[in-house]
Amino acid sequence: MRGRIAALVSLAVVAAVLCVLPFLISDYNLSLAARVGVFFIAVLGLDILTGYTGQISIGHGAFMAIGGYTTAVMSRDHHTNLVVTMLVAFAICFVVGFLVGLPALRLSGAYLALVTFALAVSVPLLPLKWSSFLGGRDGVQTSHEVSNLWLYVVAWAASAILFVLAWLILRGRVGRAFRAVRDSEIAAVASGIELPVYKTLAFGISAAYAGVAGSLFVLANNGFAAPDEFAIVLSLQILIGAAVAGLGSLWGVLAGAAFVGLLPSVSSSVPVIGSAHGQDVVFGAAVILVMLVLPDGFAGLLARIRRLARA
Amino acid sequence: MVTAATSRIEGLRNGAAVPVVSLVLIACATGLLVGSLRSATFAQLTVQGLALGAVYGILALALVLVYRATRVINFAQGELAMATTYIAYQLIQWGLSYWEAFAATLAIALVLGTVLELTLIRPVLHRSAIAAVIVTVGLFVLIDGIVNWIWGGDFKSMPSPFGTKIYHVGGVSISRLYIGMFVVVIIAALLVWVLFRFTKLGLGMRAAALRPAEAALVGVRVDWMLAVGWGLAALLGAVAGLMAEPSQFFLEPTLMQPILVYAFAAAVLGGLDSPAGALIGGLAIGVSLNLVVQYVPAISSELQEPFAFAVIIGVLLLKPSGLFGHREVRRV
Repeated sequence: MRGRIAALVSLAVVAAVLCVLPFLISDYNLSLAARVGVFFIAVLGLDILTGYTGQISIGHGAFMAIGGYTTAVMSRDHHTNLVVTMLVAFAICFVVGFLVGLPALRLSGAYLALVTFALAVSVPLLPLKWSSFLGGRDGVQTSHEVSNLWLYVVAWAASAILFVLAWLILRGRVGRAFRAVRDSEIAAVASGIELPVYKTLAFGISAAYAGVAGSLFVLANNGFAAPDEFAIVLSLQILIGAAVAGLGSLWGVLAGAAFVGLLPSVSSSVPVIGSAHGQDVVFGAAVILVMLVLPDGFAGLLARIRRLARA
Repeated sequence: MVTAATSRIEGLRNGAAVPVVSLVLIACATGLLVGSLRSATFAQLTVQGLALGAVYGILALALVLVYRATRVINFAQGELAMATTYIAYQLIQWGLSYWEAFAATLAIALVLGTVLELTLIRPVLHRSAIAAVIVTVGLFVLIDGIVNWIWGGDFKSMPSPFGTKIYHVGGVSISRLYIGMFVVVIIAALLVWVLFRFTKLGLGMRAAALRPAEAALVGVRVDWMLAVGWGLAALLGAVAGLMAEPSQFFLEPTLMQPILVYAFAAAVLGGLDSPAGALIGGLAIGVSLNLVVQYVPAISSELQEPFAFAVIIGVLLLKPSGLFGHREVRRV
C-alpha cells in the first residue's frame, strides 16, 4: 500500500514538473525537453521487450525510421494531421514488429541482438533504393514544421498515454506472461503460456512505441526524414538509454531518456580539448563511466537505495 | 596427449550437421571455380571478393574470440582496429618501414586489448551482460572521438605494403595487393590456430573460455586468459585494419565501420563460437557480395547490405546457431 502511494505521488510530481516546465525554460531548452520525451517513448518501448520478455534488440532505430518516414510521407503527400500520422506509425510498426518477432522466435541472445542490428543497418538504406517515393539521400520533408512548444506538449502527452498503456498491459495477465517468458521459457510453456504469441506480441508493442518515437523524432528534426538521421547510432542510443534505465522502473526510463537525450548537447558544451570531437570523447567516456558505476542502471541504484532505507 | 584429448572434444561438439554444411560449401566452391574458368570478369570478382572477405573474416575471428572468452559482442572491435591502423600510420611517419610498423602495431594492439579488458570490461562483466556490451558501445564513440582529435578526420595515405603490380593469368588480371591481403590474413589465422591448438597458453585459453570453473580448479588463471583473449582479438583486428587500409586506398576514421558490419554478418553466419566459421563466413560474404552486385540487377550497390542480411537471416532460420556454431542445450 505504501509503495503504491509513493508511486502515485512520484507520478504526480513528474506530471506537475512537466506541466510547469514550458513556462520556466527557454525555447531551446524546451526543444531539448521534447527530445527527452521522444527518447522516453523509445526507451520505454525497448524496456517492454528487453526488460519484460528478455529479448534483446539493437534494432529499434529501424522501427523509428519506419515510423518517421510514415509521418513524413503522409504529411508530404496528403497533408495528413501529424497526430493521425503518429497513430498510423503506431499501427504500421506494430505489424512490422510482429513480423520481425516471427523469425526472432528461433533466435536468442547474441544472435537475436545481431540480427536486429542488421535490421538497423539495412532499413535506413531502403530509401536510397526507392528514392522517388522515399526521397533517396535527400530525405522527405513534412508539409509544415511544428513549434517547439507543440512538439513538447505532443511528445510528453504521447509519453503519458503510452506510459499508462504500458502499465495497463504489464500489470495484468499479459505482463505476468511476459515475465514468465523472461525468467524461464520452459517453465512458462509448462504453465500453459503460448510462447510464440507473447514473444511476437512483445516485439509488436515495443516496435509500435519506437514507431511513435520515430514520428516525433522526425518532427523534432524540423520535419525532415533522411537516411542519415536514422543511422545505427540512433539504435545504439536507445540501447544505451535502456541500459542506463535498468529494468522496470519509471524513474529509470526517465533517467535513461534524459541521459541519451541531453548528453550530446551537454557534452558538446564541455570545452575539454577544444575540438569538434571533444563531444564524442565526453559522450563515450560518460557512457563507460555510468556503466562502470551503475552496471544495473538507474533502476538498480534505486533498488539499492530502497534496500538501504528499509534496513 | 593434449591434442588427442581436445580433438575428441571438438569431434563431440560439432556433431552430425557438419557434413551437410561441408557439402554445400564444396558445391559453392566448385561453382566459383567453374564460373571463374568460364569468365574472366567472374574470376576477377571472385579473387577480389576473397581478399576483401578475408579481411571481414579476420575481424569476425576477433569478434568470435572475444565472444567465446567473455560472451560479449564487442562493438568497439572495428574502431579499435581503425585506431591501431592510425598508430601504424604514425610509426611510419616517424620513420619506421611498413613491416616494422606492422609488427610494432600488432604488439601495441595486443597490450591495448588486454588492458582494455582488465580496466573496463572486467569490472562489469559479472554484474550484467548488457552493461559490458554498452561499455563497448561507449568505447566505440570514445575511440572515434580520440582518433579524430589526434589525427583529424581528413584522409591519410600510407605506403602500399605490396606495391601496385598486377599479374595477368590467362586473361584475368589480379592485383598483387589482393593476393597479399589474402596471404597475410591466412597466415595470421593459421598462427592463431597453431597457438590455440598446440601451445599450453592456447589450451589454457580454450579451457578458460569453455569451462571456466573446471579450468580454474586445475590451475588455469582464467581471468588472465580472458584478458589475453581480448588482446589477441585486438591484434587480429589490427591485422584487419592494416589490410583493409590499402583496399580502401585511404586511411580515415570511418575506415572500419562498414567492415565491422560485414564482420558481424560473417560471425553470425559462421556461428558466433566458431573461429573457422568466422573465416569461412567472411570469405562467403566477401565473394557473394561482389558477385551479386555485378550479376543481379535488382540488387544494386544500395541494397548490398540489406541483401547480405536477408541471406544471413535465412540461414539462421534453418540453423539458428550459424553454420558451424555450437547449439546451446538448455536444461530444465
